[in-house]
Order: sequence, then structure tokens, then C-alpha cells
Amino acid sequence: MVIEFHLNARSGLSPYQQIVQQVRHALRLGLLHEGDQLPTVKDAVERLAINPNTVLKAYKELEHAGLVAARPGVGTFVTKTLSDVSLAAHGPLRQDLRRWLAQARRAGLDDESIEALFQDTFRSSAAEDVA
Amino acid sequence: MIALTWRQFRTQAALAFGLLAAIAVALAVTGPALVHLYDTSVLPCQAQGDCSLVTSAFAGRDHLLQDLGTVLVVVPGLIGLFWGAPLAARELETGTYQLAWTQGVTRKRWLAVKLGLVGLASMAVAGLLSLMVTWWSSPLDRVNTDLFAQFGQRGIVPLGYAAFAFALGVCAGLVLHRTVPAMAVTVAVFVGVRLAVTYWVRPYLFAPLHLIAGLRAPNGNGTGGGGLTPSRPGDWVLSDQVVNAAGRVIGQDGAINLGPGRLGFAFGPAGDGRVALQGVGTCPNRFPALFGAGGGQGPTPAFVRATQECVTRLGLKEVLTYQPTYRYWPLQWYETGIFAGLALILAGFCFWWLRRRYA
Amino acid sequence: MTAALAAEGLGKRYGRRWALSDCTLEVPPGRVVGLVGPNGAGKTTLLHLAVGLLRPTAGSIEVLGRPPGDNAGQIGRVGFVAQQTPVYSRLSVADHLRLGGWLNPQWDAEAARRRISQLGLDPDQRAGRLSGGERAQLALTLAVAKRPELLVLDEPVASLDPLARREFLQLLMSTVVEHEVSIVLSSHLVADLERVCDYLVVLASSRVQVAGDVDDLLAAHRRLTGPRRDPAALPADYEVIEESHTNVQSSFIVRYGGPVYDPAWTVEELSLEDVVLAYMSRARSGAGVARRGLSVLR
Repeated sequence: MVIEFHLNARSGLSPYQQIVQQVRHALRLGLLHEGDQLPTVKDAVERLAINPNTVLKAYKELEHAGLVAARPGVGTFVTKTLSDVSLAAHGPLRQDLRRWLAQARRAGLDDESIEALFQDTFRSSAAEDVA
Repeated sequence: MIALTWRQFRTQAALAFGLLAAIAVALAVTGPALVHLYDTSVLPCQAQGDCSLVTSAFAGRDHLLQDLGTVLVVVPGLIGLFWGAPLAARELETGTYQLAWTQGVTRKRWLAVKLGLVGLASMAVAGLLSLMVTWWSSPLDRVNTDLFAQFGQRGIVPLGYAAFAFALGVCAGLVLHRTVPAMAVTVAVFVGVRLAVTYWVRPYLFAPLHLIAGLRAPNGNGTGGGGLTPSRPGDWVLSDQVVNAAGRVIGQDGAINLGPGRLGFAFGPAGDGRVALQGVGTCPNRFPALFGAGGGQGPTPAFVRATQECVTRLGLKEVLTYQPTYRYWPLQWYETGIFAGLALILAGFCFWWLRRRYA
Repeated sequence: MTAALAAEGLGKRYGRRWALSDCTLEVPPGRVVGLVGPNGAGKTTLLHLAVGLLRPTAGSIEVLGRPPGDNAGQIGRVGFVAQQTPVYSRLSVADHLRLGGWLNPQWDAEAARRRISQLGLDPDQRAGRLSGGERAQLALTLAVAKRPELLVLDEPVASLDPLARREFLQLLMSTVVEHEVSIVLSSHLVADLERVCDYLVVLASSRVQVAGDVDDLLAAHRRLTGPRRDPAALPADYEVIEESHTNVQSSFIVRYGGPVYDPAWTVEELSLEDVVLAYMSRARSGAGVARRGLSVLR
């Protein structure tokens, strides 16, 4: 087993979204490589005590995104990693972020407050559905 | 289901049959000695004539029999209490019925196997115990003139009692679905039915026979009249009544009913020299002087004769109502049949209740 | 596709009180169905009706296409774990497994034994000495080893400590992976059900308040917050489930048909617990309103 899933009851994301996110995160960090096997549905379900459909849904979405492929009777395997998506490709975003950070520091926020502000805004914007 | 019932029941079965075995051993050890005593003391005596002293001495040695008799009387009730009442009630009370009834056997089969297996065991216990007690006490029963008094402790009726008590217990447990109230109801109803059958049903299962004879007066006033006895010792006397010429019952046990709680013969003056018998009427005959010379010595023979003549001429009769000894075994069968029939009815009710209450 | 459970106007009355009334449901097969509601709402009654331990007073119920009844075939297809997981306290764990074999036409003795040893239960221990969690595991093993098509559980984790609860649900979910089985489990806590259920039925005041796929329910309900307003101001195809007002602000939990266009509203998604609570409090106040005759508006 290369990676294990865990669920955060307070994350605001549904369980299947968390699984998708954890796989993508592992891919980005280089913990998972091409050909590695994801936890079987049985193992994931036994560890987390969640509905198997949740895991299946997450794997299906990952398959749609072209990141994994299911081999019937064997398991689900990684087909593409994300670690070669260079963070450097997002130069403009990085610059905007630097500017915002400078603004925040000038406003008097310390590191903790900056992080809290970011997390809070990030979470609420993910949950809101402004039409 | 049979395996499960046995698994649940086996400790109690072991206990019961273990006790039964212990009793069997005790009886097997003492039985032959009793037979030997009978053969050596009573038999030779009976060949020669009057034996009342020897037989009463023999019969007086039955302490163990008293205990056995008590055991046999109590066993059916205990079966109803400890094997019948908890059978369904415990499962309903503890909730295990939710397990038992969702495991692949129908409720009907569940009840049928439990009723059948434990019911048969109950009848076996009662039957074997009765068999042993009847065998052991046969020497004593041979000299016993009051066999019907131990009717419930001999023969096959204990089997019927046990079946009834068991079915009653199961029924009570099923309906009340609590063990302790079911036990209470089982005991109460069982005792009630046993008493009712013993006093109101058993005497009349066959039309009783009657023995009628002229009433024998006592020696003067007081009690002590009557004294009619059936020809066979051991016949079951149901009642001993005094009947007047018109056929009305006016007293019992050889004496006249003189008021609430008072029985006796009361001859007294009736005016113009006549004597009347209280509660009946004026004696048609003449009486001599009440007491002879010497006074205080009791009635004279003439007086006694006069009282008897009065009683006879007033047409008083003594009526003995009884069941003869040859009806003992037919009565055993009938009574067993009654209790077995009640048991079957109760068992049928259990199935009906089960279906009605729980799908 | 035969529904795992289908009820039509189902009701059960004890004396004068209706423990369950007018219950109409159609639960698709192959799901893990959560039955949630406050104590006394009728959950146990509904489940007992489904496994044939009770007879309906009104309406009808069909389980796996057939009415539950006292016949061995039907009993064999449905497994049941009762509330408080009763077991025979004087029989050992191994005896219980034998019991399963004696009573059930289909019985996977090997799987049951394996499971028991995996759980670390001592086969010779008397069932009365087991802890609550161990008893629940034993009861679940007994229900699963008979290879049912439907598994019904009545508040199986209510009295278990968190670890026992987790272990029980792990066992239950791995059963779903291994065999094709529909599951119906009841609880009065939504948190127990959230991870494992994909279909939810809310039972309150002896009636079904709402039933459906968890994903559909979450997609169809929103919380709208905005300036104080009358519920009649909402579009007609919005069903108000719960509302609360201060003197300047109104907040509604609605079941809605389409997206909200009015910019005055702040629209939020709800958690499953929020949805369930909204229906449960509507049920309670609905009953209260009927008694007192007051209007819902404040």
C-alpha cells in the first residue's frame, strides 16, 4: 500500500471530494508514481468505515481526469503524475499573491492571521454558491 | 431447532434426570426391604384372620412415602413453573426472540419444537417418578384402605398434570411475556384447576353408587349414630347423609342437622307424655322413663331400644354415596385424559396467539 | 428492479396510539439506507414490520418483492440485528455460530469462524460476558453469515463507545464490498449514518418526512439568508422546511427546484445533519401547530 486515506469530518468537503483531493495531493507531491496501485475499495472501506460507492465515485472522477485507470479484478492504478505540472507556470498568480501578502503585512497582520484569513476565505468561497 | 432447544435445555434436563436417578437409587435400595417386611409380617397374618394391628404397624412405617408423595404432588407444578413459564417468556423478556425468529425457522416451528421436546421431557419426568413411587409403595397400598386419598400421587395422572402445568406455563409466558408474572399465574391456575377437578369433577366422572339402609340410632342423645360402611374397604365415600321418609337430606355422618354447625340426636319431651326427635318430628312410639334406677349411669337398654324404634318408624335412612374401588383405574384414565386435553387446548391457543400477535 | 423495501400507507397501531402511520416508501436495492429519527418516532416499528416480527395494522409492506411473513424462505433472505443486540447469555460464542448453522438454510460457517477470530473473540466465552461492542460484532456476524439479500439493523451502534462503533461500521462496510447486499440501518444520530449511507429516510412523529438519495437530498436543499421577508415572497416551487426570523433578517431552509437568482439571498449548501434537523423540527412544530392552531408565521 503506497498511500492511506483519512477523512476529516470538519473539512467542509464531502468524503469523496476528500479522497480525490488526497490522491491529487499525493500525485503532486510525488508520493505516487505511474503504475502505483491506489488502495483497493475494500481496504479503503475497511479503514475508513465509509460507503464503498464513495470510494468508487472518487476513483471514477480521477479516471475521468485521466489520472488513474481501473483494471477490473486487479485494482486501480496511477497513469499520470501531477508533479511535472510546474508551479513555475503560474507566474502571474504567484506575483499577485506576493503583492497581496505585502499588503496584508502592511495592514499589520502577522503570519498566523494571514494564514487564518486565507483559510477562512478559501473555505467559505468553496462552500458558497453565489449565483 | 431441535439442536438449539436441546442446547438450551440440557442443564435443566440433566438436573431433573439426575434427581430422578438419585430417587430411583434410594427407592431401589429400600424397596426390597419393604417387600420383605410385607411378606414376613402381613401376608402370614392375613392368611390367618384379623390383622388390623399388624397392618397398622406396617403402614405406620411410611415416613419416606410421605416425602415421596409430596414430591410427586409438587413436581407437575414445578415443571410448569420452571420449564413451562420461562420457555417463551424468557425469550420475549430478554429480546432474544428477535434473534431466534429471524434466523431461518418460522415461529410455528420454533414453538412446536420447544413445546414438543420440553413437553415430552416433562411428561417423561412425571411419568417415571410416578412409576417408581407406585412400584415402591405397592406393599403399603395393598394394606391401605383409603387408596383414593392418594389418587393424585399414583398411576398415570401425574403425567396429565405435568402436561397441563407445562402447557399452562408456556401459555402464560407467551401472553404475559414476563417470566415472574407467568410463574405466578401458572401456580395459581394450576392449583385452582387441580382442586376444582379433585372436588367437583372427579367424584362425578361416573355416576356414583348409593348404599341405603335404615339409620342406626346412637345410644341415647348425642352423636354416634349411623356407621354404615361400604362393603369393600377402600371404596371412596363421597358423602354419608341422613335422609327422612320424604327423601329430604336432614343430616350427615350419622347425625341430624340441628342448626348451624351442630349435628346430633336430641330426644326430648314433646308434651302429653310423648317424645320428639329434634329436627324430625314426634316419635310415634312410647318411651320408657328416660333413665333407669341408679341414675347417672346412662340410658337404659329399654330407652335405647325405644330410640331405635323411633328412628326406624320415622323412616330415617342413611344414604352412602360412593365410588367403588373398581373405578379407580377408569377414573385415572379419565382424569389423565381431561388434563391432557386441557394441555392440548392450551398448546393450540399458544399457536393461535403467536400468529395473531406476531405476524 | 425490485425495491429492497416498498411500503404503501403502512401503519401500526398499539391500542389507541399509532406508532407508525401512513408510511409510503420505495427504497432501491443495493444501497446502504439510513433510517433516522428521534426516539419514539417509529423506527423500530418500521424495521420490525420489515423483518416480519410485527403485523401491519394498515397498509402494506413488501421486502425484496415479497411481504414479510412467517415463512422460512423470506426469513432466510433477510438478516436482522436487533436493538441492544440480544444474545443468549448462557451460550458461548461458538454455540451461537452453531445456532446459525442449525437454524439457517444457507450458512457460511467458515466465513463466520474467520470473522470471529479476526475480531479476537474467544469462541468458548459465554455471550453474556461479552462487552457491548463484542456483542454487536457477534450479532452482525450471525446476520451476515446467513448470506442475506437484505440486512436490517436497529440502532446497532447507539450504545457503543467510539472505537467499537468505528469497528462495527468497518465490518459492516466491508460486508457491502464483499457481497451484494442491501442494508437498512436506523439511528437517532445523523453522524453515525453520514459516512455510510447513500440513501436516507427521515422518520419523525411516526411519519416519513423525507426520503431519497443522499446526493440528491444535499443537492436539493439550501439555506437562504437575507433581509427579513415573508415566506410567501419566495418562488412557488420552493418548499420551506424551516424558517427563522430576527427583526431584520430571515433565514430559510428550502427544498428548491432551480438556482436562486435574487442577489439579496445568500445561498449556502447544507450538511446532511442540517437537512435532517430541519425536517425533524418541522415535524415537531407541525404537530404542535395542529394542536394549538397558531399560524407558522411569526
